[in-house]
Amino acid sequence: MKMRWMIGVLLLAGFALSWAVPHFGWLDPYILLVLMYLGINIILTASLNLVNGYMGEFSVGHAGFMAVGAYVSSVLTVNLFPVTGAVFLFPVAVVGGGLAASLAGLLVSIPSFRTRGDYLAIVTLAFGMIVKSALENIESVGGPRGFMGMEQLTTLPWVYVWVVVTIWILRNLVFSKYGRGMAAIREDEVACDLCGVHTRRVKISAFVVSAFFAGVAGGLYAHVLQFINPRMFDILKSTEILIMVYLGGMASLGGSILGASIYTIAMELLREQGAWRMVLMPLLLILLMLFRPRGLFGLREFPWLVPLRDLVLLRPVKKQKEKTHVPAGS
Amino acid sequence: MVYFLQQTLNALQLGSLYALIALGYTMVYGILRLINFAHGDLFMVGAFAAFGIAAWLGWPFVPTLLLSMAAVAALGVLIERLAYKPLRQAPKMSAVITALGVGIFLEHLMLVFNPYPRHMPELMPVHLWTVGRLSLSSHQVLIIGLSLVLMLILDWVVMRTKLGLAMRAIAWNGRIVPLMGVPVNRVISATFAMGAALGAAAGTLYAMAYPVIDPYMGVLVGWKAFIAAVVGGIGNVRGAVLGGFILAGVEIGVAAFLPTTYRDFISFGLLLVLLVVRPHGLLGRPRLEKV
Repeated sequence: MKMRWMIGVLLLAGFALSWAVPHFGWLDPYILLVLMYLGINIILTASLNLVNGYMGEFSVGHAGFMAVGAYVSSVLTVNLFPVTGAVFLFPVAVVGGGLAASLAGLLVSIPSFRTRGDYLAIVTLAFGMIVKSALENIESVGGPRGFMGMEQLTTLPWVYVWVVVTIWILRNLVFSKYGRGMAAIREDEVACDLCGVHTRRVKISAFVVSAFFAGVAGGLYAHVLQFINPRMFDILKSTEILIMVYLGGMASLGGSILGASIYTIAMELLREQGAWRMVLMPLLLILLMLFRPRGLFGLREFPWLVPLRDLVLLRPVKKQKEKTHVPAGS
Repeated sequence: MVYFLQQTLNALQLGSLYALIALGYTMVYGILRLINFAHGDLFMVGAFAAFGIAAWLGWPFVPTLLLSMAAVAALGVLIERLAYKPLRQAPKMSAVITALGVGIFLEHLMLVFNPYPRHMPELMPVHLWTVGRLSLSSHQVLIIGLSLVLMLILDWVVMRTKLGLAMRAIAWNGRIVPLMGVPVNRVISATFAMGAALGAAAGTLYAMAYPVIDPYMGVLVGWKAFIAAVVGGIGNVRGAVLGGFILAGVEIGVAAFLPTTYRDFISFGLLLVLLVVRPHGLLGRPRLEKV
């Protein structure tokens, strides 16, 4: 517990490293690219985990939020912002993409007042399809051909900063009053409504925050790849994010980091297998669900991700029957 | 007017295919409360099975259809036994994720062996009848007629036989029914077999109507059929058929008057509106939630 300040030091060191590695060319550009995708995947996974893991809903349209963020931020950097200042205005563009996505998240949260479970899954699914279909019909962003012209503004330090910001904000949210409300909704919505949890407000905040970071990830993604088209954000992308969430484990930020890392690296290692890659990947997922349905790190947390107050006073949310690892302080 | 009738025929053709697939979703959901996301891919496997039988064995239509249905039914039961049965007591989401995984697995396994789209050989010659400016192909008659026959058979099985009684009983209360001596596992396997066989029939008919098939064909059609099942009220057999025809009607109607790229946009938009207004589908009954 005395070592808390170490976290800050390590984070700063990590930032310095993320700046130094590309600057001095210590690593292969290919590995750098994989690292950036890894960071983007961590943001996507952690943000989806807020709705699917902590709140226990089943959102299947996360790629839709990502698409909104990717398109809005790309339009901002390409069409609206002056070319000279693009590097400095890039964070504004990413935040703009995130805000647009969170507006979409606000819209999706409205049906969630009345429906949940399977039917809400369908609402989010339909939302994802609608976004893709709408983008295909907007001629000014290229329609089905896609949109390009972005500079490669996403760099490793930016990805690093956004990953840290995402995890930090999500951690604070999850351990706040709202976060406990989300866990209560997951366990029993009617009961927690009766106990005075403002379920609507909690749901809105979960969807809006989750969509915001999905939009941020989309903005970063668009400026790594420098080309986006609507088909990139289809149901397969959403499924990929779902796999990372459930691989890492529900209701766990540490799990999200683990899940996204393992999945991204495994997919890169399997690249040599060609077409068999996508056969092996779902097979691994099925085996994981059969033998460890909670994911690798479900409902657990690294001690350094838990606020001090909660380490001392409260234990992480427990699920009946399963042995929950109680962080004993560090 | 002729145009309208022509589009109605198209809608009936598409709707009966959607309905056949939607039945598989809704039957499994009714019994297990599981959205079998792999079902759209069983439809795809059905189409490829029909292709294989027709192309390599050269069999005519009826045995091709029956063998494809039997093969996919066996595959459906196998998937249920291996992937879903061990998870029956696990949290609901694990089974749903597994279903998603099984779907992607089937797609990409098929993709390994069929990297290029396949062209379905003609299983039976097409006749074209024209009445005035209205044209009607024998395939349309076959698809609509055969689907109706299959749906009637299914309705008879569910409503009139002992097996159907057991299925409805499990859907009503899965905990008490085993105590009454109903062989639950066998009934669930039978449900999967029937749903998969209907999906395979839809796949075979679809491949005849739209003869270029590829491993991803089941994704969008599967999701659409799933929407049809939800519109009708998932878990409700007659609702699935109704939803299939409504969705096809909307899609064909949109495609007839607007650019076709708007089709998905409007049909999914309608789905959203319907879910907000009537969250349990047209024929579904809301379940009371208890604390």
